[in-house]
Amino acid sequence: MMSEGSSFMKGMALGGLFCLVMTYFETFNPGIHSEGHLHLHHHLKPLSKEELQKLSEGQMSDLTQQVRVYCLIMVTPKLLVHWATANDTWSKHCDKSVFYTSESSKALEAFDLQEQDEWARMRKAIKHAFENAGDLRWFFLAQPTTFAIIENLKYLVLDKDSSQPFYIGHTEKSGELDYVEYDSGIVLSYEAVRRLIEMFKDEDKCPERGNALWKMPEEKQLATCLKYSGVFAENGEDAQGKGLFNKKSVSSMISDSMGQNPADVVEACCPDMAITFGGMSPSQMQVLMYGVYRLRPYGHDFHDSLTFLPPKDSDND
Amino acid sequence: MTRPENLQKKLQHIRATWAKHCNQVLYMSSQSSDFPTVGLNISEGRSQLYWKTIRAFQYLHAHHLQHADWFLKADDDTFVVVENLRYLLSHHDTEEPVYFGHKFWPFIRQGYMSGGAGYVLSREALRRFVQGFSTGRCKHFSFVEDMALGRCMETMGVKAGDSRDPNKRETFNPFRPENHLISPKNGKQTWGYNYYKTSRVSAAGSFSLKILVILHLNLMVTVANTV
Repeated sequence: MMSEGSSFMKGMALGGLFCLVMTYFETFNPGIHSEGHLHLHHHLKPLSKEELQKLSEGQMSDLTQQVRVYCLIMVTPKLLVHWATANDTWSKHCDKSVFYTSESSKALEAFDLQEQDEWARMRKAIKHAFENAGDLRWFFLAQPTTFAIIENLKYLVLDKDSSQPFYIGHTEKSGELDYVEYDSGIVLSYEAVRRLIEMFKDEDKCPERGNALWKMPEEKQLATCLKYSGVFAENGEDAQGKGLFNKKSVSSMISDSMGQNPADVVEACCPDMAITFGGMSPSQMQVLMYGVYRLRPYGHDFHDSLTFLPPKDSDND
Repeated sequence: MTRPENLQKKLQHIRATWAKHCNQVLYMSSQSSDFPTVGLNISEGRSQLYWKTIRAFQYLHAHHLQHADWFLKADDDTFVVVENLRYLLSHHDTEEPVYFGHKFWPFIRQGYMSGGAGYVLSREALRRFVQGFSTGRCKHFSFVEDMALGRCMETMGVKAGDSRDPNKRETFNPFRPENHLISPKNGKQTWGYNYYKTSRVSAAGSFSLKILVILHLNLMVTVANTV
């Protein structure tokens, strides 16, 4: 009797010790789990047609009015023609668009950040945008080499609560870090930005000027700071899982698809509700603008349930 | 209008895309094939282009005159928004002798339609064109297809219609969209486009909201029938 009892006690003690040791190691992992919500869904999709149809007219109207986007377009004088093109085309579809530049240019107006370092520029722009957001609750961060269809962005986030942290785009993985690719555009909800700005104050976890020897690209710096605040990257896709954020151009995607799926070129590659494309010349952007917003087949009905009206005082199409 | 080597490269993409919006499509080539293409019994090459066009229209007249109201000729590097073509044609009568396209002004008094942008004939226009050749009033006097066809049309009393939108913007476009949308830096048009009668409005304004044909996508030549 006594020997069995003592084995049991030994077993208990060993187990308890093992448990303590494990929890001890666990607490040394950088804070992956934030207090509250665990946003671990990697794939973010828009409302389905069925769900949309269930909403009342009043609800639909509310949603279309609530989803409003502040576009931060990060420019430099080197990209002057792309800058001018973005200014002339898709940026007019944002509820507010502000061009943030590294240095001022005589040709075009912008908010001059007077900053050469890309990450520092991004931080300053984000702070400025947050302070000047007014009642806009979604932020879209892009370069002028990206072409964006803001209406489709609104459609993606239509049913998402901006007071929750969202960080959306085309996700890539670098070791343990999931980040949103800068070239295809970055979407942040109000809450994500609020947390990010708080995290900017932490010089250890989220330094403004990183290590001079080892410089992380700003998209990864952003992802790191966000991760520390409990905000995780999510891949924006349509119902079939096709990525809505692209750093390639339309023609590039279609050419690739012609090689891989000659029988079903467009269906296999390209989502109808795509949000961004990249890698285009300014002329190609003008053509795409024409193709998306002006050229239309007379009599063809797209059966959209919602209408996104142009922003107030804008001269967009 | 096409040629044998372009079937896979170009024609299949036309078939997969805009050609589906036509009521009927015929692919005209020098040789018949299982694609299917209609063999016109001529050889390929720029110098044969007008003969090819004449034979194509003769074939249409012989086999399909009553199968459609309007007859569109397009090349295998043409893209057509067929709904907008229907919209244009809905305002006209196919028993009238008229044809539409992108009008050029040199050489022919009433103007003639650019071959590259595609053109569409009414049923009466098709009858008269074929009649022109069977009576000898029209001849193969040049291999410049669009201009020569324009001469025959004028001879046979077929009107060169105006296909521009209410803002006077062209709906048939001989070049790629970017060439029409963006004015060239030096102010000169590409490839001798002093054939335009009116001066073009600046970039955003010059392109019609309802464009019909845009071009040169690197594909082949096809003939399509539309109603």
